[in-house]
Amino acid sequence: MKAIVCVKQVPDTSGKVSVKPDGTLDRASMATITNPDDLNALEAALKLKDATGCEVVVVTMGPPPAEGMLRELLARGADKAVLVSGREFGGSDTFATSQILAAAVNKIGVGPEDVVFCGRQAIDGDTAQVGPQIAEKLHLPQVTYVADIQKDGNTLTVKRMLEDGYMMVKVQTPCLLTCIKELNDPRYMSVNGIFTCYDKPMEVFDYNALKDDPLIEVDTIGLKGSPTNVFKSFTPPQKGAGTMLQGDDVAAQLAGILAKKHLI
Amino acid sequence: MDFTLSKQQQMVQKMYREFAENEVKPLAKKVDAEEYFPKETVEKMGKLGMMGIYFPTEVGGAGGDVLSYVMAVEELSKVCGTTGVIVSAHTSLCAAPIYENGTPEQKAKYLPKLCSGEWLGAFGLTEPGAGTDAQGQQTIAKEDGDYWVLNGSKIFITNAGFADVFIVIAVTDNVLDKRGRPTKLCSAFIVERTDPGFSVGKAEDKMGIRGSSTCELIFEDCRIPKDRMLGVRGKGFQLAMATLDGGRIGIASQALGIAEGALEETVAYVKERKQFGRAIAAFQNTQFELAEMKARVEAAKYLVYAAALKKQQAMDGAKVRYSVEAAQAKLIAARTASDVTRRCLQLFGGYGYTRDYPIERMMRDAKITEIYEGTSEVQMMVISGALLK
Repeated sequence: MKAIVCVKQVPDTSGKVSVKPDGTLDRASMATITNPDDLNALEAALKLKDATGCEVVVVTMGPPPAEGMLRELLARGADKAVLVSGREFGGSDTFATSQILAAAVNKIGVGPEDVVFCGRQAIDGDTAQVGPQIAEKLHLPQVTYVADIQKDGNTLTVKRMLEDGYMMVKVQTPCLLTCIKELNDPRYMSVNGIFTCYDKPMEVFDYNALKDDPLIEVDTIGLKGSPTNVFKSFTPPQKGAGTMLQGDDVAAQLAGILAKKHLI
Repeated sequence: MDFTLSKQQQMVQKMYREFAENEVKPLAKKVDAEEYFPKETVEKMGKLGMMGIYFPTEVGGAGGDVLSYVMAVEELSKVCGTTGVIVSAHTSLCAAPIYENGTPEQKAKYLPKLCSGEWLGAFGLTEPGAGTDAQGQQTIAKEDGDYWVLNGSKIFITNAGFADVFIVIAVTDNVLDKRGRPTKLCSAFIVERTDPGFSVGKAEDKMGIRGSSTCELIFEDCRIPKDRMLGVRGKGFQLAMATLDGGRIGIASQALGIAEGALEETVAYVKERKQFGRAIAAFQNTQFELAEMKARVEAAKYLVYAAALKKQQAMDGAKVRYSVEAAQAKLIAARTASDVTRRCLQLFGGYGYTRDYPIERMMRDAKITEIYEGTSEVQMMVISGALLK
């Protein structure tokens, strides 16, 4: 049995955000972190490992420096890492990325008892599309926005959060779950984990390693194969502070303000 | 000397920073104000391997190195001096002497539980009449069949109220030295909290590191099995001095952390605080104060890290001593901590004197680093002793 965790290295948005002339993020000049929801996904996998002794495999698609992030995840307790990296993959949108990651997960191998964990969404793109798309491409049942997991044999009972409530969903393994921060508190790296993380196995899947998977075709991956094109990226201007109207006559006050601005 | 941090050292530093920020800093005010010993933090640190950082995994340690231990005490002390010294005293003064002097049985019995944080460690050398004059020991241990019987008391023992394992120095032999003068020989013992005749006395009400549990140890016909002697009979004083060499690196790291923490708080404050229509960071007095403090902190850091690297060489089997490096690091780091926190408080002005800001706590915490595990004067004796040999 194993848990496969899909993770993404994202810009640290608490720092400075910079954009390249072509409108895409200048990732090289920004500090990076592991996408926060993905840490919840990893923690869910590590909890499964604590309970069952299963193997935890982390997989990411990114440039070679993403190895640093993978080592940190190994230091948190993952057993094995896979870095999907190649020029052919660069500039992929969610449609292209999910094909590549699905092929990578396929290559790692999804057994009948296995669970694939993803974060809900990445803080850079905020699409929440990649997890569900991977599930569709691998024909796995999926549950999104997972806030609790109970395991009983090959059946998972999962709490799926909605905007105004939640659903309890039963799902059979193998399946894919996208995790939200309410699910758990990610553990820290441990000192021993850090001092052994470079001894743990890390495999690199490049284009040649994945190209024979039917999901991968040259013209549907990378920047050229991506149906989405970034037109422009920018930091939205700060909105001014709002005014809270109080009293019994808020409607009249509001009308007065709007009239003053010649809006009505 | 090469202070380039390895990838692993950079990672542990990052982990300690996150841990200190999220788990230690939020408790720091309570730890000080309520003399609260942060048991939950100790438990969390145990799980993360922070209670046995530089010991090999074979004895239950985390398999790290001395510099990674130093950086842990440093990062913890940036936000809470109490939490820093809990780790330092436990690691350097209890786990280390067992690792360095213990029999295989003693190591197997104590180190895994000390390194996991299940057991907390402490060290008892100081007595009411034997402070800097540590040779004036009054606590005695007498043989009685298969047991040692200890009588006497120790004071100012860090971690005492919560510790499970204590390294205790006591007089075992009275002999005549080369000139025929009567001399006391000490030995080291491992005492467990539950040993009959052993008790922990009153806790001190201290100026700083107020959450650190500093208590008296009392031995009243305390009977411990013979195999609890640590190291060689009659060589306890040497064991204690060698242990303190390591301890001083820990305290130097604590002092360094307190100074760095105060400086970080102050840099943030002077950018916010406005007087005469501009941030006080715009005044040259502020800029020069910060610049000099930063330079002094970096200088202290190099001495502390250099001492850590020297101890690492000893850990790796080299026949080197690091007494002088440890003394230099502690002397300068402790002085820097006291000096920097005082000057930082001055930049905070009246607000710094209130308990609404952490700077007065840092100033109170800093002072002890010039006193415990050998006063600054003792460090100078060690350094000049080597210089004039």
